Amino acid sequence: MKSAVLVFPGSNCDRDLAVAIEQVTGRQPTMVWHRESELPDGVGLIAIPGGFSYGDYLRSGAMAARSPIMRAVADAAGKGVPVLGVCNGFQVLTEAGLLPGALMRNAGLHFVCRTVGLKVENSQSIFTSAYKSGEEIGIPVAHHDGNYQADAETLDRLEGEGRVAFRYTEDCNGSARCIAGILNAQGNVLGMMPHPERALEPAHGNTDGRRLFEGLLEAVA
Amino acid sequence: MKARVFVTLKPGVLDPQGKAIHHALEGLGFGGVQDVRAGKLIELELADGTSDDEIADMCRKLLANTVIENFRIEKLATA
Repeated sequence: MKSAVLVFPGSNCDRDLAVAIEQVTGRQPTMVWHRESELPDGVGLIAIPGGFSYGDYLRSGAMAARSPIMRAVADAAGKGVPVLGVCNGFQVLTEAGLLPGALMRNAGLHFVCRTVGLKVENSQSIFTSAYKSGEEIGIPVAHHDGNYQADAETLDRLEGEGRVAFRYTEDCNGSARCIAGILNAQGNVLGMMPHPERALEPAHGNTDGRRLFEGLLEAVA
Repeated sequence: MKARVFVTLKPGVLDPQGKAIHHALEGLGFGGVQDVRAGKLIELELADGTSDDEIADMCRKLLANTVIENFRIEKLATA
């Protein structure tokens, strides 16, 4: 599977995400700089990494969401290409309007950096097909702005349509309804604050994130 | 010409920073503070003739995230 990892000034998980994708798919992703206006032909996965794009100026992900490459990402997403946004990548996707809601400063104001429990709410998506519904997994988080908020109507719609992919098993940042990751209506865009690429091999202490990439490869290959 | 854009959190949206400021004020002994909401002030230096619609468009497209924030534009009289 051909894949692309976006790189913004201030991205810092781009290489981790590329290593994870290469380990699972056997193919090195193309690193795509934010000033590019086109994605490589035939890409089967676009990954938006964590970090602090543009130093989180104005709002986390706000500047990155308006960069030239994001127009190509929106086009590709509209055509059904899978898009995975992790941490800052999730913030970029909400700012770009590809996912609803917003990620605000953590309710406790602390930067939260630890492995958290996640409940897999929907195992029917291309991103979560290797998990069981209701299964609890552990994935590391590392963020200051992970407090997911949306109006009640949007939250009800997300829940009703099975678009909550992951939920924290305990409140770690104040997110509405403990939401950790959501899907778009078509199911081909996933944004999540936890970092699956940091739970890939035994040396990471936990391999629960690996199945996200394995399931995705199986679902789209 | 100059314009000021005030970006504030919508009513009902939790403001952790405002809460922290509130606590700090109380810690300093200011007992009469009932609530604190923190926002942003963005000052724009604009070409003369920039329309109100254009400024509002800047707010909707970048300066404010209208999912959680409101904005108010204040145009300053040209000297």
